[in-house]
Amino acid sequence: MTDQADFWREAMRKGMGQTAFLRALGGDLEAYEGGRGRIRLPFAPHLVGDPETGVIHGGVLTAMLDQVCGMAVGSALRKPAAIATLDLRIDYMKPAVPRVDIVVESECLKIAHEVAFARGIAFQTERDEPVAIATATFMLTPIAGAPA
Amino acid sequence: MSGAGALIARVPYCAWLGVAARIEDGAVVLDLPFDAKLIGNPILPALHGGVAGSLLETAALMQILHEMGTAKMPRTVDMTIDYLRSARATTSHARAFLVRQGRRVVSARAEMWQDDAAKPVAQLRGHFLLG
Repeated sequence: MTDQADFWREAMRKGMGQTAFLRALGGDLEAYEGGRGRIRLPFAPHLVGDPETGVIHGGVLTAMLDQVCGMAVGSALRKPAAIATLDLRIDYMKPAVPRVDIVVESECLKIAHEVAFARGIAFQTERDEPVAIATATFMLTPIAGAPA
Repeated sequence: MSGAGALIARVPYCAWLGVAARIEDGAVVLDLPFDAKLIGNPILPALHGGVAGSLLETAALMQILHEMGTAKMPRTVDMTIDYLRSARATTSHARAFLVRQGRRVVSARAEMWQDDAAKPVAQLRGHFLLG
């Protein structure tokens, strides 16, 4: 790995971790390297989607899974590129338990010339009992002028 | 305030995002004004993909509640979101269509647009379990 790649990766990690929306949700970037990512989202009242049950909104999981899958791709890139989500599929395996943190983890499956593939899971206490799983595809656009 | 508007105001996450609902031609239309906290890409700037996903899923859920006349929130089984254009730092809108209404499950699709309804920025297709 070159110094420039390190520089780019660090810039990316900072940028990813400081996404306004992730910060507003309250997400905490726990890991970001080697084609993998992990974010923890502490439970907070503003995340609730069903006032009857207190279960968080599905959109919160969508946001976290989109972000963490994009991060897996970002940490696997060998050349600087902008990453834009092309599509995201989410399967909800079971309802989230109210008032418990959500953890999302991801892995990059493939970096091709113009697209990249990643998958992610969202869980609470048990990693093998996911709340949701995600499959995501991203478009890669080389960044002109960035360190190669 | 319409039924859908009152309902959405009771959902904490939707209130926090700033989503409002209105009824137009028998469909629930959601409006989401731009806010700095919704940004996912500060360089463009563009809304976070999760904001589009949240708006689309909410549109589908609200349309199901509106058409089926139930009060119990449906449960999303699965959904696929296509990101068609970058969502810019401006007001967004979304509406959903129920493709098939079964006894237990509804198949729906939803579209999100900004200035021009003919140029959607994202679309959703998904399945929702009735309560």
